[in-house]
Amino acid sequence: MPSPTIFPDTTTTEGFLLVLAIILPVTGILLSLVLGGRYVERIVLVVLPTGLGIAAAVFAAVWRGGHSLVYIVGGWKPPLGIALRADGISAAMMATTAVVICAVGLFARAEFGQPRGQPEARAPLAFWILLLSIWTGLNMVVLGDDLFNLYVALELLTFAAVPLVCLKGEQETLRAALRYLLFALLGSVFYLFGTALIYGAYGTLDIVLLSAQIRPERVTSIAVAMMTVGLLAKTALFPLHLWLPPAHAGAPAPGSAVLSALVVKGSFILIVRLWFDAMPGLSNFAGAQMLGTLGAAAILFGSVLALRQQRLKLLIAYSTIAQIGYLFFIFPLAAGSGAHEPWGSVAWTGGWLQLFSHAFAKAAMFMAAGLIAEALGHDRIADLGGAGRVLPITMFTFGLAGLSLMGVPPSGGFVAKWLLLVATVMEGQWWWAVVMLVGGLLAGGYVFMVLGKALGGASEPSKLCASVSSSREIVALTLALCAVLLGLVPLQPSELLQIGRP
Amino acid sequence: MNALTLFGLCGAALVGLGLFGLIVNPQPLRKILAFNLLGNGVFLLFGVVARRGAAAGLGGDPVPQALVITAIVVAFSATAMAVALLLRLFEETGQATLSSDDPQNADADGGRS
Amino acid sequence: MTVAFEIGLVVLLLAIAAWIIAVRDTFAAVVAYVAYGLLLSLAWVRLYAVDVALTEAAIGSGVTGMLLLGAAARLRETEAAAAVETSMPLRLAAAALCALISAGLAAVILVPPDRVPTLAPMAMANLAASGLGNPVAGVLFVYRSLDTLLEKVVLLLALVGVWSLAPDRLWGGVPGLRTYVQPNGILTFLAQLLPPIGIVMGIYMFWNGANNPGGAFQGGTVLAAMWLLVMIAGLEDVPPISLGWMRVLLVIGPAIFLVIGLAGIVLAGAFLAYPADYAKPLIIVVEATLTLSIGVTLGLLAAGPPERMQQR
Repeated sequence: MPSPTIFPDTTTTEGFLLVLAIILPVTGILLSLVLGGRYVERIVLVVLPTGLGIAAAVFAAVWRGGHSLVYIVGGWKPPLGIALRADGISAAMMATTAVVICAVGLFARAEFGQPRGQPEARAPLAFWILLLSIWTGLNMVVLGDDLFNLYVALELLTFAAVPLVCLKGEQETLRAALRYLLFALLGSVFYLFGTALIYGAYGTLDIVLLSAQIRPERVTSIAVAMMTVGLLAKTALFPLHLWLPPAHAGAPAPGSAVLSALVVKGSFILIVRLWFDAMPGLSNFAGAQMLGTLGAAAILFGSVLALRQQRLKLLIAYSTIAQIGYLFFIFPLAAGSGAHEPWGSVAWTGGWLQLFSHAFAKAAMFMAAGLIAEALGHDRIADLGGAGRVLPITMFTFGLAGLSLMGVPPSGGFVAKWLLLVATVMEGQWWWAVVMLVGGLLAGGYVFMVLGKALGGASEPSKLCASVSSSREIVALTLALCAVLLGLVPLQPSELLQIGRP
Repeated sequence: MNALTLFGLCGAALVGLGLFGLIVNPQPLRKILAFNLLGNGVFLLFGVVARRGAAAGLGGDPVPQALVITAIVVAFSATAMAVALLLRLFEETGQATLSSDDPQNADADGGRS
Repeated sequence: MTVAFEIGLVVLLLAIAAWIIAVRDTFAAVVAYVAYGLLLSLAWVRLYAVDVALTEAAIGSGVTGMLLLGAAARLRETEAAAAVETSMPLRLAAAALCALISAGLAAVILVPPDRVPTLAPMAMANLAASGLGNPVAGVLFVYRSLDTLLEKVVLLLALVGVWSLAPDRLWGGVPGLRTYVQPNGILTFLAQLLPPIGIVMGIYMFWNGANNPGGAFQGGTVLAAMWLLVMIAGLEDVPPISLGWMRVLLVIGPAIFLVIGLAGIVLAGAFLAYPADYAKPLIIVVEATLTLSIGVTLGLLAAGPPERMQQR
């Protein structure tokens, strides 16, 4: 098959939506900065629903059309120019991102709201600009088709996430933010290293063009290895996870929700794009098993450490480390299948479903933890007694989200883990199944540890430090319900997630 | 060995030196310095690729050169943010170190509430 | 003769780099880093990448060096406390890992590729349509302009991140740039002498960047440096971060870029495309506003988060 030296596609009809998805939050950022803190909340209240609408439109367009949306920026086709491309996965991720960010935006209005007439304040202005930047970065990560453009998007995500960690300004959060920044920068440099090698060998950085030209040479292996290691540092896969727990636990509650649910997934999506899109057919068995092993270690390590935590937010952060491990089972289970293409496999759907349902569930969980901390004045697990009576909706949200983490029906997490289990049987790699079952049990352990303390009858009812508005509880509950709704997805390879695969 | 390969090897050595400094040096400011060295090594790699792609009357392929310019600006932003964080940490705690004296901080065991 | 120069340059670069890693005094390491950066610019010139050389000298060595020098000076007291060294096994393991990575990279470099893919012909062939003479400017503002737009957003975001580090009560205050006010000192003399020349140079570098090496980033950095010089010498007040016109200057570069990009949809058929006849004027407008924005952004990034409220 002759390798195309010019990008094979042209701009599709709804392609402009992709451009809108990126420039809308950017416009929000610029307007917020120039109009100042007084108007930032109003600007955000316009941007959030508009962005949600754009994401929904992209989702609908991709689903109906059955093919990717493409936009050639500036009219210059790759390899000289840059293309934006939305396949099934991009559409699903954009929709998830939009829903979570809108929910976080609504939830955060209580803490970072800017009432009329007040002068500009630090935390609100910074929070909303950082939130919009994270949205821009995430959209760029799933829509970008050019490896260097993706590098800039990754940096955008990092620079938006780090100040979010230390937004409250406490000592430990500053330290956590600095450590996060150093890890993330190491990851970026490794990624850039690989990009340089790939350009040197192939003369293009466009993923579609690379997929046609890639050859199994030593340069390619070194480049992919370096890029993967760099992206693993950003995704906090074991053993590069040290930065995550203090960072995600130290951020304000809406910030933790966005960080755990979405930001760490951005670099994971890039690893999948590298392995399956840019270098199809080149994934070797050893590398895939290695990633699977690290994922398994993350599940076990993260879950066990979560059980030992005394603070609720740290427990949830360690749970994130564990749940990220499940995602990496895509590599040995989907890449290994020689009979049919990777994306047609059950493991592909299972892994992605795990990503989306974890996003909803973890965001809901962090919101619930934030509400508990506000209401009780602390988040010590041992002293949660009676919280169930004081915050019934919130504990129910926590429980629902926990269902998804444990993999109990009905929930998206159950479908995801079930599909992955089926895949391990189909591929004959039963050892992953053992790890998943143990992980599920451990997750049940730490979820019920919290629920048990909170719902258990305490001798005296818990004192309410501050009242939380029920609208915020409803927002958290809605996200948890989304995680449950994903459980209605049929137990088979999803067609949507295969749209746009070559 | 021509000049181009020499610069390439220089870049490779800078990557190794920078990575070593990043891992080994406990002070964050030295880590930031080492990160800059590491970045410069990667940029030199791009530069070698650009020079190898000299054609059409140009001294080098302009695309990698433009990528390096973008990357230098991004690296500067990263340095600025890291330095600001470090100085703020110093103001708050009087120390400029990543590991705190609190033994529970290193492997966050959820001690302090 | 040519290779001897490169050999000398590379040996000097690596020696300074090794010294930067090994030396105990952080301030000395940063001073060496500034010198190293200038040598690196020379290397870029030898690599026929003059735009990159300018950027490296201005941003990589200049403003970064200034930032690190300021930090090293303020952190001097912590030097003694941080005398603890990492353990020998960790150092050996790290050294082995780094040697491995360097060797792998060297192995890849030493083997010249049989066919060298390059985009230079394509870049040159399409350059005339936009009226530019500098192919690097073509890549930055025509072919891959989305990268440049996003990169400017990254710069702004870093600034917001740095500002957000201030305590709540100091928001809207004045960045804590260390000033050295000596009415008859040499710093004041330089701050009176250099800025007019520097501003002209900065504008020239941006203007000339359309056809020769230079451009918005390099020119903007020179403008930022002149602004910083004037502020450090106390001849101008450091502006509070809530100042209206300063926020406008910060935003005007990417905003105009975005507006022209959107206009391209109507006039030229795609986002960030330029209509055939007006390409060069539009690019000059984009670069001009971007130079202003970059100058203000880099200056404020170097000034740091607010540390006191404005008197008056």
